[in-house]
Amino acid sequence: MSLRDGPLSDIKPPPAWLAVAALLLVAILSMALFAGGRHGDAVSSARRGTDGALGAAGDVLSTPIRWISDLGDMGRDYVLAGTQNNQLRKELATAKAMRDENAALREENARYRALLGVNTDPPLPRVFARTVLDARGPFANTRIADAGAERGVVEGNPVMSENGLAGRVTGVAPRVSRIMLLTDVESRTPVLIGRTNGRAILTGDGGANPKLAYPRTHDAIREGDRILTSGDGGVLPRGLPVGVAIKGYDGGWRVALDSDASPIDFVQILLFKDFSQLVPAAALEPAVLPPTATGAPAQAPVPTAVSPAKRSMPTGQPAGKAP
Amino acid sequence: MPSRPHSRAVQPLNPIDWLLSPMALCLAASMLLALPIKMFGLRLPEPVFAMAPAFAWAVLRPSMLPPLALMVLGLFQDGLWGGPTGLWPLCLLLLYGLAFSVRRVLVGEDFWALGAWYGAISAVSFAGGLLLMTLRAGEVPSLLGLGLQFAATLVLFPLSWLLIDRFEDAAGRYR
Repeated sequence: MSLRDGPLSDIKPPPAWLAVAALLLVAILSMALFAGGRHGDAVSSARRGTDGALGAAGDVLSTPIRWISDLGDMGRDYVLAGTQNNQLRKELATAKAMRDENAALREENARYRALLGVNTDPPLPRVFARTVLDARGPFANTRIADAGAERGVVEGNPVMSENGLAGRVTGVAPRVSRIMLLTDVESRTPVLIGRTNGRAILTGDGGANPKLAYPRTHDAIREGDRILTSGDGGVLPRGLPVGVAIKGYDGGWRVALDSDASPIDFVQILLFKDFSQLVPAAALEPAVLPPTATGAPAQAPVPTAVSPAKRSMPTGQPAGKAP
Repeated sequence: MPSRPHSRAVQPLNPIDWLLSPMALCLAASMLLALPIKMFGLRLPEPVFAMAPAFAWAVLRPSMLPPLALMVLGLFQDGLWGGPTGLWPLCLLLLYGLAFSVRRVLVGEDFWALGAWYGAISAVSFAGGLLLMTLRAGEVPSLLGLGLQFAATLVLFPLSWLLIDRFEDAAGRYR
């Protein structure tokens, strides 16, 4: 007997009920995905594939627009050649003065380093890329750049425009990478205030000027203070230019980003290895908690529950040599 | 404002016409506006195209297909814009659910009344997105940015009206 001839054959739920059932089912599924996280393991591989496809499509679609834009730039340069020439002469005069000053400071720094025996960081290798897609809404400020794992880019790499830090890599496909900008609502960046060496967390909110949250400084922040990456936590190198402090419309301190001074169509991705890339996260957690001195009489040690993975981990191994 | 032309011959609702074609247009338009283009020194607006058909589908007829289509569109938006997976499906489904719940009121209304409903319901949908992102990020997203995106999305209402107007007669039996 087929289902059509069964006792349920006469039951025909109204279309509205079916629509509501589908709506609830899909809503529950969406909630599960949302709760799963932006970079959850279950969706990360799918997102890599999506980013790769979208990046390729964006590259193709933006090519004719880029040609037209280049033609416009050529025309404008031709018309404004005289003005630009005068401006460049002024900038060259300033740059020559700065060059002489820099040479003196470099020589002085080298002597101090030799005296103190300081090991300076080697120059960071970098990859140049062009952004092909751009999200600028209140809930996500990201870009897709046309350089990916094939060129050595990994998640966490800092991304610079020609003027300053723009964001960091949050997803990598073979040929493209997703960049989370400093203005993204989920972006948090440890920074320092150049004048006072105080610390703060640069917190994006989807607007053009991210907030300076949790400022810890002996002197108050002032308008125009230079903001640099602090390097705290090892996620970013220290000293990358971020911007200048400004008073926000809400009365709090915000940052006018250096990267906004010019279009970030072209970016450089610094192949900087943060601490989390050098050592597995599990190896950073202490296997056994250190003893606490409470003044209470000594007791027999309580057995600690340690996972098999941690139990098998060799102790005393330098973090930098962990696999 | 536009009146409803009732002289058109009644055609059956074909999912390709009322569902898949608007979906494809939304995907293409979202993709185009995500290109890093500046016009007159300004970046392009970033409306949520999928809200226009979501509203129209809720008004046209009850069906199991629009929620599934909205999930696909929402996931595409999440992938395109790099936001948390599931955010835009939830916002779109909220809009669809609200519009569907007041469907009997919406059917037969004129351009301005439907436009007002569209504005109110899409505002609630954006507020839902704001709440979800605030809970997730621990930071209230920029209200200025939210307002701009809402305004750009509001401008899309005529597209929703066109879809309703075109298939209203075919969907008449579902009133």
